[in-house]
Amino acid sequence: MSQILQQLVNGISLGAIYALIALGYTMIYGVLRFINFAHGDVFMVGAFMGYYASTWVSKIAPIGTVPAAILVFLISMTICAVLGATIEFLAYRPLRSRPKLTVLITAIGVSLFLEYLGQLPAVFGPDPRGFPAIISSKPIIQSTLLTLNVVQVVVIGVSLMLMFVLRIVVMRTKIGTAMRAVSFNQQAASLMGINISMIITFTFAVGSALAAAGGILYASQYPSIDPLMGIMPGLKAFVAAVLGGIGNIPGAALGGFIIGIVETFVAGTFLSTYRDAIVFAILILILIFKPSGLLGQKEIEKV
Amino acid sequence: MRSNYVLLIALAIVLVVSQGVGSLNHYYLQILMYIGFNIILATSLNLINGFTGQFSLGHAGFMGIGAYSAAIISTYLTTHGFGADGAMGSVVLMVSLIVAGFVAALAGLAVGYPSLRLKGDYLAIVTLGFNEIIRVIIQNVDFKIDGVDYVGGARGFTVPKLTTFAWTFSIVVVVVWVIENLINSTYGRGFLAVRDDEVAAEAMGVNTTKFKVRAFVIGAFFAGIGGGLFGHFIQYINPDSFTFLKSIEIVVMVILGGMGSTPGVIIAAIVLTILPEALREIDQYRMIVYSLLLIILMIMRPQGLFGTESMKRRAKRRAENKPATAASA
Repeated sequence: MSQILQQLVNGISLGAIYALIALGYTMIYGVLRFINFAHGDVFMVGAFMGYYASTWVSKIAPIGTVPAAILVFLISMTICAVLGATIEFLAYRPLRSRPKLTVLITAIGVSLFLEYLGQLPAVFGPDPRGFPAIISSKPIIQSTLLTLNVVQVVVIGVSLMLMFVLRIVVMRTKIGTAMRAVSFNQQAASLMGINISMIITFTFAVGSALAAAGGILYASQYPSIDPLMGIMPGLKAFVAAVLGGIGNIPGAALGGFIIGIVETFVAGTFLSTYRDAIVFAILILILIFKPSGLLGQKEIEKV
Repeated sequence: MRSNYVLLIALAIVLVVSQGVGSLNHYYLQILMYIGFNIILATSLNLINGFTGQFSLGHAGFMGIGAYSAAIISTYLTTHGFGADGAMGSVVLMVSLIVAGFVAALAGLAVGYPSLRLKGDYLAIVTLGFNEIIRVIIQNVDFKIDGVDYVGGARGFTVPKLTTFAWTFSIVVVVVWVIENLINSTYGRGFLAVRDDEVAAEAMGVNTTKFKVRAFVIGAFFAGIGGGLFGHFIQYINPDSFTFLKSIEIVVMVILGGMGSTPGVIIAAIVLTILPEALREIDQYRMIVYSLLLIILMIMRPQGLFGTESMKRRAKRRAENKPATAASA
């Protein structure tokens, strides 16, 4: 019983990070109808930016305090927002009217570029690095029933807060309404006077900032970062987005939690060596039996 | 008929050349062999990605299945009284490769069927997922027969050396010949029709479902054989040789050469095998160059260096250009 509870908490905190990354996938899919393969690598850059930012911030405020942590988050999220917008501008914008496959291949190219550029000794270097403890890992609750760390609470709290902010932005603000309009019907939205390019850039910036926040949270929980760390969380978050119904924001959050919980439970059983395979098996099953995902709407193909 | 002579001549050339490669430096021979494996993998992936237009990111999975199946058969045979050299070695290799091809083809069938409902990027992700599942399964399989290790899980699997230059390049010639003839046959036009316009193909009576599955099965069959040859050449296989990064490497060859152009893909496979060797000193920049190449190629010339545009895209481009020329006139 205690083990189930413990795994559930671990799963929720891992799932919260997947949910943050999945939100970026789903938002970008919503406006551009393509899978941004490089999203997991923006997540990696976010973690590294957090690493560098914390070295820099430690000169102003002691690491481990709340202001320092907030500063680290803001710096990394801003840099990644700019990175995401730049990627969109340089790589995806010239291809906007091209077949989807062309954009997908470009996205794979961008992903490889970030991974291998990061491995250059002059950039991040290929070796794993220890991530500074910007969030303390002291236990809050420690009993036979359950161990709960500050990191886990912060991960879940920050993720939920960011999701809530995103929900407000998307549902209540003018730019959010424009985003929904673009994802609903791009042509009609542009006829209504919405600047499509601006909205797409904004979506990339927001999605990338969320990925950066996810990167820092992930690195705080598993404090070792390297340039290839984004591949697996990126793919799993994508599965989460598909599971929830791609293009659907609450769906992505739900999918993230489900994937996180399933993965930690599988890792706790005799099937632990299959944990990466299970996630893909879920993806294949969902695409075969309910391709629109748990909360997604069915798209009708018109000829 | 003409293409049959081409096949015979090409095989004869391979046999003549193979007499001479024995004197070649071991390093050069290895590069030559890798070129052979990559041509088999890239031309077979080209059938799925290039000719049929189904974007697969899981070719290394089929290759891995082939490599392991072939290795299991050959290890069993060589520890049960069959020799590993001379004529006996060739027999063992052939049996192993045929089994490898069929097992991989079966996997291709398993991947092909569920993915029929998926298009474009979804298909790419699902095939990538299959690739990873295959890798994880191989990583967890480990058994012994009569005290001999098979598969070996994450430790890897030591395989007898059976692959020779003559066999590799004879198979290269056969694979290229089969795929070219298949595509240029009346029957093979079905693959191109599925790529160019699925709805129109269906309307013309092409069973698009069957053609997609066939592309996967045939592509996987040859990838399995390629994997078998690869395993029996390097003599040691482990699951990490067949990650989706290997799949991406093969995809890059197909895209660079031009989707749907066999000569282009062969040239790309040769260039992309030699290039990293020539650029040893700046090896860390290799993948950066690859990735930039992909991005720039997609922006400047999405059909690849030697590829041809599909009929539909050409028509669309012409339609787009027409008003522009009318305005300038």
